[in-house]
Amino acid sequence: MEAAKDKKTLTIDGKDYELVFDRPESLSVKPFTYCPGCNHGTIHRLIAELIDEFGIQRRCIGMASVGCSVFSYEFFDCDFISCAHGRALAVATGVKRMRPESVVISYQGDGDLAAIGTAETIHAANRGERITTIFVNNAIYGMTGGQMAPTTVLGQKTTTTPEGRDERRIGWPIRMSEMLALLPGVAFVARTSCHDSKNILKTKAALKKAFRAQLEDRGFGLVEILSNCNVNWRMTPQDGVKWVGEEMTKIFPLGTFKDVFAEEKEKLPAAARESADASSEETEV
Amino acid sequence: MASERVFMKGNEAACEGAFRAGCKFFAGYPITPQNEVPEYMSKHIWKHGGVFIQSESEVAAINMIMGAASAGARAMTSSSAPGISLKQEGISYIAMSELPCVIMDVVRCGPGLGNIAPHQGDYFQATRGGGHGDYRTITLAPNSVHEMAQFVYLAFELADKWRNPALILSDGTIGQMMEPVDFSQMPYVEPPHKSDWCVNEHQEGRERHLICTIYLLAEDMAPIHERLIKKYDRLKREEVRYTDYMSDDAEILIVAIGSPSRVARSAIKAAREEGLKVGMFRPITVWPFPYEVIRQYAESDRVKAILVPEMNWGQMIEDVVLAAGCAKPVHFIAKHGGLTFTPEDMLEPIRAIRANPESPATVWVQS
Repeated sequence: MEAAKDKKTLTIDGKDYELVFDRPESLSVKPFTYCPGCNHGTIHRLIAELIDEFGIQRRCIGMASVGCSVFSYEFFDCDFISCAHGRALAVATGVKRMRPESVVISYQGDGDLAAIGTAETIHAANRGERITTIFVNNAIYGMTGGQMAPTTVLGQKTTTTPEGRDERRIGWPIRMSEMLALLPGVAFVARTSCHDSKNILKTKAALKKAFRAQLEDRGFGLVEILSNCNVNWRMTPQDGVKWVGEEMTKIFPLGTFKDVFAEEKEKLPAAARESADASSEETEV
Repeated sequence: MASERVFMKGNEAACEGAFRAGCKFFAGYPITPQNEVPEYMSKHIWKHGGVFIQSESEVAAINMIMGAASAGARAMTSSSAPGISLKQEGISYIAMSELPCVIMDVVRCGPGLGNIAPHQGDYFQATRGGGHGDYRTITLAPNSVHEMAQFVYLAFELADKWRNPALILSDGTIGQMMEPVDFSQMPYVEPPHKSDWCVNEHQEGRERHLICTIYLLAEDMAPIHERLIKKYDRLKREEVRYTDYMSDDAEILIVAIGSPSRVARSAIKAAREEGLKVGMFRPITVWPFPYEVIRQYAESDRVKAILVPEMNWGQMIEDVVLAAGCAKPVHFIAKHGGLTFTPEDMLEPIRAIRANPESPATVWVQS
């Protein structure tokens, strides 16, 4: 990581300051255009930090999807493809198969990954594509102005469920991570949240494993990240974050649903397990 | 393959043409009458250093092609009518991203599920873009097993030259029949390097590459559209291809593509034995369409009428009429439901047109 190099300094009005916090190299200089309170910026930063830490920026190829993160390609400094709605993991498959040395990430929202692109998601996962997928679940369609998402919770009011989501009319919120964990092609799948710093750090740990699944040629890696959309939830940012932590997590329990790294460690004899613990930092979610 | 001459099926010949052109990625979904394509690909593409994926859907297949093409590989997908409808979304994105790739349509009868018999009902969706937005695909129409291989080979070349998707508009008959193919003019080639624009793992020391179709501001989108329009205009000037058969002295000119153009040859031979001067003009590129050449035929004093046989309700004839204007009467004969022409189906109207160039039984547009 860059921080390991010499200390950076910054000169402002003739005075030198030590630079202790900086934009990751993998983020572009373009300011985020997301709404105040939105977690996309946080999640982008976590991804960029990991790309820097793994030293893979110059071989990273991103898939942007459709939804609020449609312009995610603007914010990362690496090759990118802007994909059709729901098709990111099919496009990613074509890229990764032709460029196995690249690191392919797919950044998708709930509508993209769990509604219009459900088939692409399940089958890319089932083929065990070496792709790192970031699935941002905010229980609503943000970009189009607050319509029901496949992950909208029961009773939640949206512009297309004005009386609240009613399972008899439109079914239940879909739990993608639990479903995907059943597939042998999946090396790592976890659900995390960005509603507080502790959970943001856990999100980074999970993302790291989703990258490792690809970098170590283990299989498909996905992190479902519960995210705030206070604007379309008609809440203040504070209430939105609180709602993620208190309500969304009831419907979408946080946790790791498949982890080949942990499974492997369990199979090791006790002594080897301890040394494995010592050599790898804690990434349990 | 010691000899370059091989007896094979149209669908399989197309795959061989692709391998020779350096195709390294194929994704597709089974649909009759093109199942030999994914089957042959799945068996042989690996030894050419390529990858085959049986996709979960046509939609996924075309998007995988988009990914492989973005990564700089020569990539191909294949399907038949209903499957091509599903691919249209992806083709629109590919055209807008200016990605080279090859899409083959071994057309069966539609609309809807239709049936698995040969048909030409996909002419419009092949030549008018097919998906949303303004765009065109370079579209080649083979009429033999040899041309299935040759045109796929050529399509890869044209797709790369113009950074545009190229489509093979075949039909169930051409895909399913067996004939000798001569591969001597299709040597194995190394596809061109695309490192100046493709996405890859070698990003050191260069600006990042972005494959994108979204330009929110009209001011940003307009120049992109203008660039595409200019490209299409150049394509129309530079890539029109066609061939003809006994058309030098023809008084009745048949304009046909695909399997009806094969039947037309038999009909022309039989007609000439009866002393009827009939010839054929066969577009090879149906987009760009050879309007100018057809106009010249239509305006010549020799040609009395034009006859268009199609296995559909009348699609290419609209282009022929556009080319011919009202210079000469244009006649249409059709086969519906997946039925195919016999030479006699064409001979009868030819005789009627010889007697009366405005023969009401078949006239589509009078002069």
